[in-house]
Amino acid sequence: MFRRTAPADCSIRWDGREIPARAGEPLAAALLASGVAQFRQTAVSGTPRGPLCMMGACFDCLVEVEGVPNRQACLVMVTPGLVACPQAGARASHA
Amino acid sequence: MPEIAVPLKHTDLAILGAGPAGLAAATQARAQGLQVLLLDENAAPGGQVHRAVGGFYRPDIRAPGATQAREGLRLIEAAHASGAEMRQGATLWAIERDGTITWSEAGTAHQARARRLLLCPGATERALPIPGWTLPGVMGVGAAQILLKTAGLLPEGRVWMAGQGPLLWLYAAQILAKGSTIAGIIDLSPRGAWRRAALHLPRALTAPGYLAQGLAWMWRVRRAGIPVIRAETLEALGENRLRAIRFDAREAAADLLLLHDGVVSNTQLTRALPGCAHEWDGRLACLRPVVDEWGNTSLPDVMVAGDGAAVGGARAAALSGRIAALEAARALGRLSGDQRDALAGQLLLRRQVELAPRAMLDALYPPLPPARIADATILCRCEEVTAGRVRAAAALGAQGPNQLKAFLRAGMGACQGRVCGPLVHAMVAAERGLDPATMDGLRTRFPSKPVTVGELASLVQT
Repeated sequence: MFRRTAPADCSIRWDGREIPARAGEPLAAALLASGVAQFRQTAVSGTPRGPLCMMGACFDCLVEVEGVPNRQACLVMVTPGLVACPQAGARASHA
Repeated sequence: MPEIAVPLKHTDLAILGAGPAGLAAATQARAQGLQVLLLDENAAPGGQVHRAVGGFYRPDIRAPGATQAREGLRLIEAAHASGAEMRQGATLWAIERDGTITWSEAGTAHQARARRLLLCPGATERALPIPGWTLPGVMGVGAAQILLKTAGLLPEGRVWMAGQGPLLWLYAAQILAKGSTIAGIIDLSPRGAWRRAALHLPRALTAPGYLAQGLAWMWRVRRAGIPVIRAETLEALGENRLRAIRFDAREAAADLLLLHDGVVSNTQLTRALPGCAHEWDGRLACLRPVVDEWGNTSLPDVMVAGDGAAVGGARAAALSGRIAALEAARALGRLSGDQRDALAGQLLLRRQVELAPRAMLDALYPPLPPARIADATILCRCEEVTAGRVRAAAALGAQGPNQLKAFLRAGMGACQGRVCGPLVHAMVAAERGLDPATMDGLRTRFPSKPVTVGELASLVQT
Protein backbone atom coordinates (compact mmCIF):
# COMPACT_ATOMS: atom_id res chain seq x y z
CA MET A 1 0.00 0.00 0.00
CA PHE A 2 2.74 2.43 1.03
CA ARG A 3 6.52 2.26 1.28
CA ARG A 4 8.98 4.33 3.24
CA THR A 5 11.51 6.61 1.59
CA ALA A 6 13.23 7.30 4.92
CA PRO A 7 14.22 4.48 7.25
CA ALA A 8 12.41 3.69 10.49
CA ASP A 9 14.32 4.70 13.62
CA CYS A 10 12.35 3.04 16.40
CA SER A 11 9.62 0.51 16.98
CA ILE A 12 6.13 0.54 18.43
CA ARG A 13 3.77 -2.20 19.51
CA TRP A 14 0.57 -2.70 17.52
CA ASP A 15 -1.92 -5.36 18.55
CA GLY A 16 0.81 -7.19 20.44
CA ARG A 17 3.45 -7.20 17.72
CA GLU A 18 6.45 -5.00 17.13
CA ILE A 19 6.42 -2.78 14.04
CA PRO A 20 9.02 -0.29 12.81
CA ALA A 21 8.28 3.44 13.00
CA ARG A 22 9.86 6.87 12.93
CA ALA A 23 9.65 9.03 16.04
CA GLY A 24 7.50 12.09 15.34
CA GLU A 25 5.51 10.66 12.45
CA PRO A 26 1.76 10.14 12.77
CA LEU A 27 0.87 6.75 14.27
CA ALA A 28 -1.42 6.20 11.27
CA ALA A 29 1.58 6.60 8.93
CA ALA A 30 3.59 4.01 10.86
CA LEU A 31 0.72 1.54 10.65
CA LEU A 32 0.10 2.09 6.93
CA ALA A 33 3.83 1.76 6.19
CA SER A 34 3.71 -1.67 7.83
CA GLY A 35 0.77 -2.75 5.71
CA VAL A 36 -1.85 -2.30 8.42
CA ALA A 37 -5.01 -1.23 6.58
CA GLN A 38 -7.63 -2.06 9.21
CA PHE A 39 -7.49 0.26 12.22
CA ARG A 40 -10.85 -0.45 13.79
CA GLN A 41 -14.23 -2.06 13.37
CA THR A 42 -17.28 0.17 13.28
CA ALA A 43 -19.76 0.31 16.12
CA VAL A 44 -22.73 0.03 13.76
CA SER A 45 -21.93 -3.00 11.60
CA GLY A 46 -18.52 -4.18 12.79
CA THR A 47 -16.94 -3.67 9.35
CA PRO A 48 -13.25 -2.76 9.18
CA ARG A 49 -12.07 0.80 8.56
CA GLY A 50 -8.82 2.63 8.02
CA PRO A 51 -7.86 6.29 7.68
CA LEU A 52 -9.65 8.42 5.09
CA CYS A 53 -8.48 12.00 5.66
CA MET A 54 -5.24 11.93 7.72
CA MET A 55 -6.09 15.37 9.10
CA GLY A 56 -8.29 14.79 12.09
CA ALA A 57 -11.66 15.23 10.36
CA CYS A 58 -13.04 11.79 9.50
CA PHE A 59 -12.54 9.84 12.76
CA ASP A 60 -12.14 6.62 10.79
CA CYS A 61 -8.62 6.00 12.17
CA LEU A 62 -9.75 5.66 15.80
CA VAL A 63 -7.55 3.28 17.79
CA GLU A 64 -6.65 2.60 21.38
CA VAL A 65 -3.38 4.25 22.44
CA GLU A 66 -1.74 3.44 25.79
CA GLY A 67 -5.09 2.14 27.04
CA VAL A 68 -7.09 5.20 25.95
CA PRO A 69 -9.71 4.40 23.29
CA ASN A 70 -11.00 6.68 20.53
CA ARG A 71 -7.65 8.33 19.75
CA GLN A 72 -7.23 9.62 16.21
CA ALA A 73 -4.21 7.72 14.91
CA CYS A 74 -3.50 10.50 12.40
CA LEU A 75 -3.05 13.04 15.22
CA VAL A 76 -1.08 10.85 17.64
CA MET A 77 2.65 11.21 17.01
CA VAL A 78 4.92 8.20 17.37
CA THR A 79 7.17 7.96 20.39
CA PRO A 80 9.53 4.98 20.70
CA GLY A 81 7.81 2.03 22.33
CA LEU A 82 4.29 3.43 21.98
CA VAL A 83 1.61 0.77 22.54
CA ALA A 84 -1.58 0.79 20.48
CA CYS A 85 -4.21 -1.64 19.34
CA PRO A 86 -7.20 -1.73 17.03
CA GLN A 87 -10.56 -0.70 18.35
CA ALA A 88 -13.66 -2.85 18.06
CA GLY A 89 -16.98 -1.06 18.20
CA ALA A 90 -17.61 2.19 20.02
CA ARG A 91 -15.29 1.51 22.92
CA ALA A 92 -12.95 -1.17 24.07
CA SER A 93 -14.02 -3.20 27.06
CA HIS A 94 -11.57 -3.43 29.93
CA ALA A 95 -12.76 -6.53 31.70
CA MET B 1 -19.05 25.97 34.44
CA PRO B 2 -15.85 24.72 36.04
CA GLU B 3 -14.24 26.82 38.73
CA ILE B 4 -11.00 28.39 37.67
CA ALA B 5 -8.61 28.49 40.58
CA VAL B 6 -5.98 30.76 39.04
CA PRO B 7 -6.62 33.96 37.06
CA LEU B 8 -7.55 33.24 33.46
CA LYS B 9 -4.84 33.88 30.93
CA HIS B 10 -5.75 36.95 28.83
CA THR B 11 -4.63 37.88 25.35
CA ASP B 12 -5.52 40.47 22.73
CA LEU B 13 -5.98 38.13 19.81
CA ALA B 14 -6.43 34.36 19.84
CA ILE B 15 -5.83 32.75 16.46
CA LEU B 16 -7.03 29.21 15.86
CA GLY B 17 -5.15 27.31 13.19
CA ALA B 18 -1.51 27.73 12.14
CA GLY B 19 -1.94 27.32 8.40
CA PRO B 20 -1.03 30.13 6.00
CA ALA B 21 -3.85 32.40 7.24
CA GLY B 22 -3.13 31.92 10.93
CA LEU B 23 0.65 32.20 10.57
CA ALA B 24 0.48 35.38 8.49
CA ALA B 25 -2.14 36.87 10.81
CA ALA B 26 -0.02 36.16 13.89
CA THR B 27 3.01 37.83 12.33
CA GLN B 28 1.03 40.88 11.20
CA ALA B 29 -0.81 41.24 14.52
CA ARG B 30 2.49 41.15 16.42
CA ALA B 31 3.83 43.85 14.11
CA GLN B 32 0.91 46.04 15.20
CA GLY B 33 1.76 45.38 18.85
CA LEU B 34 -1.00 42.91 19.72
CA GLN B 35 -0.48 40.03 22.12
CA VAL B 36 -1.15 36.86 20.14
CA LEU B 37 -1.99 33.32 21.18
CA LEU B 38 -1.88 30.91 18.23
CA LEU B 39 -3.35 27.44 18.78
CA ASP B 40 -2.96 24.58 16.33
CA GLU B 41 -4.00 20.95 16.49
CA ASN B 42 -1.05 19.52 14.57
CA ALA B 43 2.41 18.69 15.83
CA ALA B 44 4.00 21.50 13.81
CA PRO B 45 2.79 24.74 12.21
CA GLY B 46 1.96 25.01 8.51
CA GLY B 47 -1.60 23.76 8.26
CA GLN B 48 -2.34 21.05 5.71
CA VAL B 49 -0.83 22.82 2.72
CA HIS B 50 2.51 23.46 4.45
CA ARG B 51 2.37 20.29 6.53
CA ALA B 52 5.78 19.34 7.97
CA VAL B 53 7.48 22.06 5.92
CA GLY B 54 10.84 22.83 7.51
CA GLY B 55 10.55 19.55 9.38
CA PHE B 56 10.30 16.25 7.57
CA TYR B 57 9.03 17.67 4.27
CA ARG B 58 11.92 19.21 2.32
CA PRO B 59 11.19 18.87 -1.40
CA ASP B 60 14.02 19.20 -3.94
CA ILE B 61 14.23 22.67 -5.40
CA ARG B 62 12.74 21.64 -8.76
CA ALA B 63 10.19 19.13 -7.42
CA PRO B 64 6.46 19.78 -7.95
CA GLY B 65 5.23 21.75 -4.95
CA ALA B 66 8.68 23.11 -4.03
CA THR B 67 7.74 26.78 -4.52
CA GLN B 68 4.77 26.34 -2.22
CA ALA B 69 6.96 24.71 0.41
CA ARG B 70 9.42 27.63 0.31
CA GLU B 71 6.56 30.07 0.82
CA GLY B 72 5.35 27.99 3.74
CA LEU B 73 8.78 27.98 5.36
CA ARG B 74 8.91 31.78 5.19
CA LEU B 75 5.49 32.04 6.87
CA ILE B 76 6.49 29.61 9.63
CA GLU B 77 9.82 31.32 10.31
CA ALA B 78 8.22 34.77 10.41
CA ALA B 79 5.57 33.61 12.89
CA HIS B 80 8.21 32.01 15.11
CA ALA B 81 10.22 35.23 15.08
CA SER B 82 7.18 37.42 15.73
CA GLY B 83 6.86 36.78 19.44
CA ALA B 84 3.43 35.19 19.14
CA GLU B 85 2.76 32.40 21.65
CA MET B 86 2.48 29.37 19.38
CA ARG B 87 1.00 26.23 20.88
CA GLN B 88 1.04 23.04 18.79
CA GLY B 89 -0.87 19.87 19.57
CA ALA B 90 -3.59 22.15 20.95
CA THR B 91 -7.10 20.99 20.04
CA LEU B 92 -9.70 23.69 20.56
CA TRP B 93 -13.07 22.39 21.65
CA ALA B 94 -15.10 25.28 23.00
CA ILE B 95 -15.63 29.01 22.38
CA GLU B 96 -17.77 31.10 24.68
CA ARG B 97 -19.46 34.42 24.05
CA ASP B 98 -17.09 36.33 26.30
CA GLY B 99 -14.06 35.23 24.27
CA THR B 100 -13.10 32.35 26.54
CA ILE B 101 -11.63 29.46 24.59
CA THR B 102 -10.96 25.97 25.86
CA TRP B 103 -8.53 23.52 24.35
CA SER B 104 -6.70 20.31 25.20
CA GLU B 105 -2.98 19.65 25.00
CA ALA B 106 -1.55 16.22 25.78
CA GLY B 107 -4.61 15.19 27.76
CA THR B 108 -4.92 18.40 29.79
CA ALA B 109 -7.50 21.13 29.22
CA HIS B 110 -6.54 24.80 29.16
CA GLN B 111 -8.43 28.06 28.93
CA ALA B 112 -7.73 31.64 27.93
CA ARG B 113 -9.80 34.72 27.26
CA ALA B 114 -9.18 36.76 24.15
CA ARG B 115 -10.44 40.24 23.31
CA ARG B 116 -10.83 39.08 19.73
CA LEU B 117 -10.88 35.71 17.99
CA LEU B 118 -9.60 34.93 14.54
CA LEU B 119 -10.55 31.46 13.32
CA CYS B 120 -8.39 30.02 10.55
CA PRO B 121 -9.76 26.47 10.34
CA GLY B 122 -8.84 25.88 6.69
CA ALA B 123 -10.44 23.36 4.41
CA THR B 124 -11.03 19.63 4.27
CA GLU B 125 -11.23 17.41 1.23
CA ARG B 126 -14.74 17.16 -0.13
CA ALA B 127 -16.00 13.62 0.31
CA LEU B 128 -16.36 11.67 -2.93
CA PRO B 129 -18.83 8.94 -2.03
CA ILE B 130 -18.73 5.85 -4.22
CA PRO B 131 -19.88 2.31 -3.44
CA GLY B 132 -17.17 0.73 -1.29
CA TRP B 133 -15.39 3.93 -0.28
CA THR B 134 -15.44 2.85 3.37
CA LEU B 135 -13.11 -0.07 2.60
CA PRO B 136 -9.61 0.13 4.09
CA GLY B 137 -7.34 1.03 1.19
CA VAL B 138 -9.57 3.84 -0.07
CA MET B 139 -8.34 7.26 1.06
CA GLY B 140 -8.26 10.89 0.05
CA VAL B 141 -5.56 12.19 -2.27
CA GLY B 142 -4.92 14.87 0.34
CA ALA B 143 -4.50 12.14 2.96
CA ALA B 144 -1.87 10.41 0.85
CA GLN B 145 -0.09 13.72 0.36
CA ILE B 146 -0.03 14.24 4.14
CA LEU B 147 1.58 10.79 4.46
CA LEU B 148 4.21 11.90 1.96
CA LYS B 149 4.91 15.17 3.77
CA THR B 150 4.87 13.91 7.35
CA ALA B 151 6.44 10.48 6.92
CA GLY B 152 7.88 10.25 3.40
CA LEU B 153 5.46 7.47 2.45
CA LEU B 154 5.00 6.72 -1.24
CA PRO B 155 2.11 4.63 -2.53
CA GLU B 156 3.05 1.24 -3.96
CA GLY B 157 1.35 -1.66 -5.64
CA ARG B 158 -1.60 -1.09 -7.94
CA VAL B 159 -2.34 2.53 -7.16
CA TRP B 160 -5.42 4.15 -8.68
CA MET B 161 -6.45 7.76 -8.38
CA ALA B 162 -9.95 9.05 -9.13
CA GLY B 163 -12.00 12.20 -9.15
CA GLN B 164 -10.93 15.66 -10.20
CA GLY B 165 -9.17 18.85 -9.13
CA PRO B 166 -5.72 20.46 -8.98
CA LEU B 167 -4.51 18.51 -5.93
CA LEU B 168 -5.03 15.23 -7.78
CA TRP B 169 -2.62 16.36 -10.53
CA LEU B 170 -0.11 17.87 -8.09
CA TYR B 171 0.08 14.69 -6.01
CA ALA B 172 0.32 12.51 -9.13
CA ALA B 173 3.21 14.67 -10.38
CA GLN B 174 4.89 14.57 -6.95
CA ILE B 175 4.86 10.80 -6.59
CA LEU B 176 5.86 10.19 -10.21
CA ALA B 177 8.85 12.48 -9.69
CA LYS B 178 9.81 10.29 -6.73
CA GLY B 179 9.60 7.08 -8.72
CA SER B 180 6.14 5.79 -7.85
CA THR B 181 3.87 4.41 -10.51
CA ILE B 182 0.14 4.90 -10.92
CA ALA B 183 -2.02 2.18 -12.50
CA GLY B 184 -4.41 4.81 -13.80
CA ILE B 185 -6.36 7.96 -13.12
CA ILE B 186 -10.15 7.76 -13.38
CA ASP B 187 -11.32 11.19 -14.47
CA LEU B 188 -14.81 11.79 -13.11
CA SER B 189 -15.01 15.45 -14.14
CA PRO B 190 -18.12 16.37 -16.12
CA ARG B 191 -17.93 16.64 -19.91
CA GLY B 192 -17.70 20.09 -21.39
CA ALA B 193 -15.89 21.51 -18.38
CA TRP B 194 -13.03 22.99 -20.42
CA ARG B 195 -15.53 24.73 -22.69
CA ARG B 196 -17.33 26.28 -19.71
CA ALA B 197 -14.06 27.13 -18.01
CA ALA B 198 -12.77 28.92 -21.11
CA LEU B 199 -15.11 31.79 -20.31
CA HIS B 200 -13.02 32.48 -17.24
CA LEU B 201 -9.66 32.10 -18.96
CA PRO B 202 -8.98 35.83 -19.45
CA ARG B 203 -9.27 36.54 -15.72
CA ALA B 204 -7.28 33.42 -14.82
CA LEU B 205 -4.48 34.63 -17.07
CA THR B 206 -3.99 37.68 -14.85
CA ALA B 207 -2.30 35.23 -12.48
CA PRO B 208 -0.70 32.99 -15.15
CA GLY B 209 1.56 31.11 -12.74
CA TYR B 210 -1.29 28.93 -11.49
CA LEU B 211 -2.33 27.84 -14.95
CA ALA B 212 1.23 27.08 -16.04
CA GLN B 213 1.83 25.07 -12.89
CA GLY B 214 -1.34 23.02 -13.33
CA LEU B 215 -0.57 22.27 -16.96
CA ALA B 216 2.97 21.24 -15.99
CA TRP B 217 1.60 18.70 -13.48
CA MET B 218 -0.81 17.29 -16.07
CA TRP B 219 1.96 17.15 -18.66
CA ARG B 220 4.19 15.21 -16.28
CA VAL B 221 1.45 12.62 -15.82
CA ARG B 222 0.84 12.29 -19.58
CA ARG B 223 4.55 12.06 -20.31
CA ALA B 224 4.88 9.22 -17.80
CA GLY B 225 2.31 7.31 -19.85
CA ILE B 226 -0.19 7.03 -17.01
CA PRO B 227 -3.61 6.10 -18.44
CA VAL B 228 -6.22 8.78 -17.78
CA ILE B 229 -9.62 7.17 -18.22
CA ARG B 230 -12.85 9.13 -18.30
CA ALA B 231 -15.68 7.30 -16.53
CA GLU B 232 -19.20 8.02 -15.33
CA THR B 233 -19.29 5.54 -12.46
CA LEU B 234 -16.72 4.12 -10.06
CA GLU B 235 -16.93 1.43 -7.39
CA ALA B 236 -14.45 0.10 -4.85
CA LEU B 237 -14.64 -3.68 -4.42
CA GLY B 238 -13.43 -5.95 -1.65
CA GLU B 239 -14.46 -7.72 1.52
CA ASN B 240 -12.35 -6.42 4.37
CA ARG B 241 -10.09 -4.24 2.29
CA LEU B 242 -9.84 -2.89 -1.22
CA ARG B 243 -9.23 -5.59 -3.84
CA ALA B 244 -10.37 -4.05 -7.12
CA ILE B 245 -12.14 -1.12 -8.69
CA ARG B 246 -14.90 -1.09 -11.29
CA PHE B 247 -15.26 1.91 -13.56
CA ASP B 248 -18.11 1.93 -16.01
CA ALA B 249 -18.10 -1.74 -17.14
CA ARG B 250 -14.39 -2.45 -16.58
CA GLU B 251 -12.76 -4.01 -13.56
CA ALA B 252 -9.13 -3.77 -12.44
CA ALA B 253 -7.16 -5.05 -9.46
CA ALA B 254 -6.30 -2.33 -6.92
CA ASP B 255 -4.24 -2.06 -3.72
CA LEU B 256 -4.90 1.61 -3.09
CA LEU B 257 -7.58 3.98 -4.38
CA LEU B 258 -7.08 7.70 -3.79
CA LEU B 259 -10.15 9.90 -4.22
CA HIS B 260 -10.37 13.65 -4.66
CA ASP B 261 -13.12 16.13 -5.49
CA GLY B 262 -11.68 19.45 -4.40
CA VAL B 263 -11.92 20.97 -0.94
CA VAL B 264 -14.62 22.61 1.19
CA SER B 265 -14.43 25.25 3.92
CA ASN B 266 -14.14 23.81 7.42
CA THR B 267 -17.06 25.42 9.28
CA GLN B 268 -17.19 23.03 12.22
CA LEU B 269 -16.34 25.78 14.75
CA THR B 270 -18.22 28.71 13.24
CA ARG B 271 -21.45 26.72 12.90
CA ALA B 272 -21.34 26.00 16.63
CA LEU B 273 -21.36 29.73 17.43
CA PRO B 274 -24.96 30.88 18.00
CA GLY B 275 -25.81 33.76 15.68
CA CYS B 276 -22.80 33.33 13.38
CA ALA B 277 -24.39 33.64 9.94
CA HIS B 278 -23.49 31.18 7.19
CA GLU B 279 -24.38 30.98 3.53
CA TRP B 280 -24.33 28.20 0.95
CA ASP B 281 -21.48 28.46 -1.52
CA GLY B 282 -23.17 27.19 -4.67
CA ARG B 283 -19.96 26.78 -6.65
CA LEU B 284 -18.24 24.68 -4.00
CA ALA B 285 -21.43 23.10 -2.63
CA CYS B 286 -20.60 23.79 1.00
CA LEU B 287 -21.49 26.24 3.75
CA ARG B 288 -19.25 29.16 4.55
CA PRO B 289 -19.46 31.85 7.20
CA VAL B 290 -20.67 35.26 6.01
CA VAL B 291 -17.66 37.58 6.28
CA ASP B 292 -16.85 41.06 5.03
CA GLU B 293 -13.65 41.86 3.12
CA TRP B 294 -11.75 42.12 6.45
CA GLY B 295 -12.90 38.76 7.79
CA ASN B 296 -15.50 40.06 10.28
CA THR B 297 -18.35 37.59 10.82
CA SER B 298 -21.86 38.54 11.90
CA LEU B 299 -20.68 38.22 15.53
CA PRO B 300 -18.74 41.05 17.14
CA ASP B 301 -15.15 40.09 17.99
CA VAL B 302 -15.15 36.86 15.93
CA MET B 303 -13.32 36.82 12.60
CA VAL B 304 -12.53 34.14 10.04
CA ALA B 305 -9.71 34.15 7.47
CA GLY B 306 -8.37 31.76 4.87
CA ASP B 307 -10.02 28.75 3.27
CA GLY B 308 -12.32 28.46 6.28
CA ALA B 309 -14.00 31.68 5.10
CA ALA B 310 -13.83 31.04 1.36
CA VAL B 311 -11.63 28.58 -0.50
CA GLY B 312 -8.91 30.55 -2.27
CA GLY B 313 -5.68 28.65 -1.78
CA ALA B 314 -2.59 29.21 0.36
CA ARG B 315 -1.44 32.60 -0.94
CA ALA B 316 -4.89 34.18 -0.75
CA ALA B 317 -5.24 32.70 2.74
CA ALA B 318 -2.00 34.29 3.94
CA LEU B 319 -3.10 37.67 2.57
CA SER B 320 -6.51 37.28 4.22
CA GLY B 321 -4.77 36.52 7.48
CA ARG B 322 -2.74 39.73 7.29
CA ILE B 323 -5.80 41.76 6.31
CA ALA B 324 -7.78 40.32 9.24
CA ALA B 325 -4.92 41.07 11.64
CA LEU B 326 -4.91 44.73 10.56
CA GLU B 327 -8.67 44.90 11.13
CA ALA B 328 -8.21 43.29 14.55
CA ALA B 329 -5.58 45.94 15.38
CA ARG B 330 -8.07 48.63 14.39
CA ALA B 331 -10.86 47.08 16.43
CA LEU B 332 -8.58 46.86 19.46
CA GLY B 333 -7.48 50.46 19.15
CA ARG B 334 -3.95 49.93 17.81
CA LEU B 335 -4.67 51.46 14.41
CA SER B 336 -7.06 54.11 13.16
CA GLY B 337 -9.34 53.23 10.27
CA ASP B 338 -7.16 55.29 7.93
CA GLN B 339 -3.97 53.60 9.11
CA ARG B 340 -5.56 50.18 8.60
CA ASP B 341 -6.68 51.12 5.10
CA ALA B 342 -3.23 52.41 4.19
CA LEU B 343 -1.54 49.23 5.38
CA ALA B 344 -4.15 46.92 3.83
CA GLY B 345 -4.47 48.54 0.39
CA GLN B 346 -1.75 46.56 -1.34
CA LEU B 347 -2.78 43.36 0.43
CA LEU B 348 -6.37 43.67 -0.78
CA LEU B 349 -5.16 44.18 -4.36
CA ARG B 350 -2.76 41.24 -4.18
CA ARG B 351 -5.52 39.03 -2.85
CA GLN B 352 -7.63 39.92 -5.89
CA VAL B 353 -4.80 38.72 -8.12
CA GLU B 354 -4.36 35.46 -6.20
CA LEU B 355 -8.09 34.78 -6.45
CA ALA B 356 -8.11 35.36 -10.21
CA PRO B 357 -7.96 31.66 -11.21
CA ARG B 358 -10.76 30.58 -8.85
CA ALA B 359 -13.69 31.10 -11.22
CA MET B 360 -11.96 29.04 -13.89
CA LEU B 361 -11.04 26.27 -11.44
CA ASP B 362 -14.59 26.18 -10.09
CA ALA B 363 -15.96 25.91 -13.64
CA LEU B 364 -13.43 23.20 -14.53
CA TYR B 365 -14.10 21.06 -11.48
CA PRO B 366 -17.69 21.56 -10.30
CA PRO B 367 -18.47 19.22 -7.37
CA LEU B 368 -19.98 15.96 -8.55
CA PRO B 369 -23.78 16.37 -8.31
CA PRO B 370 -25.78 14.35 -5.74
CA ALA B 371 -27.73 12.71 -8.58
CA ARG B 372 -24.59 10.72 -9.47
CA ILE B 373 -24.48 9.07 -6.05
CA ALA B 374 -26.05 5.59 -6.17
CA ASP B 375 -28.64 4.70 -3.53
CA ALA B 376 -26.53 1.90 -2.06
CA THR B 377 -23.58 4.24 -1.39
CA ILE B 378 -22.86 5.13 2.22
CA LEU B 379 -23.06 8.91 2.71
CA CYS B 380 -22.59 9.18 6.48
CA ARG B 381 -19.60 6.94 7.19
CA CYS B 382 -19.85 7.16 10.99
CA GLU B 383 -23.46 6.01 11.25
CA GLU B 384 -23.39 4.03 7.98
CA VAL B 385 -26.35 5.81 6.41
CA THR B 386 -26.80 5.26 2.68
CA ALA B 387 -27.80 7.76 0.02
CA GLY B 388 -30.99 5.76 -0.53
CA ARG B 389 -32.04 6.20 3.09
CA VAL B 390 -31.28 9.93 2.94
CA ARG B 391 -33.40 10.24 -0.20
CA ALA B 392 -36.24 8.26 1.38
CA ALA B 393 -36.18 10.42 4.51
CA ALA B 394 -36.24 13.58 2.38
CA ALA B 395 -39.22 12.16 0.48
CA LEU B 396 -40.93 11.48 3.82
CA GLY B 397 -40.55 15.14 4.70
CA ALA B 398 -37.20 15.69 6.41
CA GLN B 399 -36.81 19.44 5.95
CA GLY B 400 -33.04 19.64 6.04
CA PRO B 401 -29.84 18.24 7.54
CA ASN B 402 -30.87 18.92 11.15
CA GLN B 403 -34.13 17.02 10.91
CA LEU B 404 -32.49 14.32 8.86
CA LYS B 405 -29.98 13.85 11.66
CA ALA B 406 -32.87 13.14 14.02
CA PHE B 407 -34.44 10.74 11.49
CA LEU B 408 -31.35 8.76 10.55
CA ARG B 409 -28.45 9.84 12.80
CA ALA B 410 -26.60 11.07 9.70
CA GLY B 411 -24.09 13.63 10.98
CA MET B 412 -24.47 12.47 14.58
CA GLY B 413 -21.44 10.20 14.73
CA ALA B 414 -17.87 10.77 15.79
CA CYS B 415 -17.01 13.15 12.96
CA GLN B 416 -20.06 15.31 13.69
CA GLY B 417 -20.90 15.71 10.02
CA ARG B 418 -17.45 16.92 8.97
CA VAL B 419 -17.41 14.43 6.10
CA CYS B 420 -21.06 13.96 5.10
CA GLY B 421 -22.43 17.41 6.04
CA PRO B 422 -22.19 19.13 2.65
CA LEU B 423 -23.28 15.94 0.83
CA VAL B 424 -26.38 15.44 2.95
CA HIS B 425 -27.27 19.13 2.63
CA ALA B 426 -27.02 19.05 -1.17
CA MET B 427 -28.85 15.73 -1.44
CA VAL B 428 -31.82 16.72 0.72
CA ALA B 429 -32.14 19.96 -1.28
CA ALA B 430 -32.01 18.03 -4.56
CA GLU B 431 -34.66 15.55 -3.36
CA ARG B 432 -36.95 18.35 -2.21
CA GLY B 433 -36.35 20.39 -5.34
CA LEU B 434 -34.98 23.31 -3.33
CA ASP B 435 -32.05 25.65 -3.73
CA PRO B 436 -29.60 24.42 -1.04
CA ALA B 437 -29.02 28.08 -0.12
CA THR B 438 -32.53 28.26 1.31
CA MET B 439 -31.98 25.36 3.75
CA ASP B 440 -30.51 25.68 7.25
CA GLY B 441 -27.11 24.05 7.54
CA LEU B 442 -26.30 21.23 9.94
CA ARG B 443 -25.75 22.80 13.36
CA THR B 444 -22.71 21.75 15.37
CA ARG B 445 -22.11 21.89 19.10
CA PHE B 446 -19.19 22.21 21.46
CA PRO B 447 -17.17 20.25 22.38
CA SER B 448 -15.97 20.17 18.78
CA LYS B 449 -13.83 17.13 19.47
CA PRO B 450 -14.34 14.31 21.97
CA VAL B 451 -13.07 15.21 25.43
CA THR B 452 -12.22 12.72 28.17
CA VAL B 453 -13.48 13.04 31.73
CA GLY B 454 -9.83 13.39 32.73
CA GLU B 455 -9.45 16.44 30.51
CA LEU B 456 -12.56 18.02 32.00
CA ALA B 457 -11.29 17.32 35.50
CA SER B 458 -7.90 18.87 34.70
CA LEU B 459 -9.67 22.13 33.83
CA VAL B 460 -10.84 22.65 37.40
CA GLN B 461 -7.29 22.54 38.66
CA THR B 462 -5.84 24.87 36.02
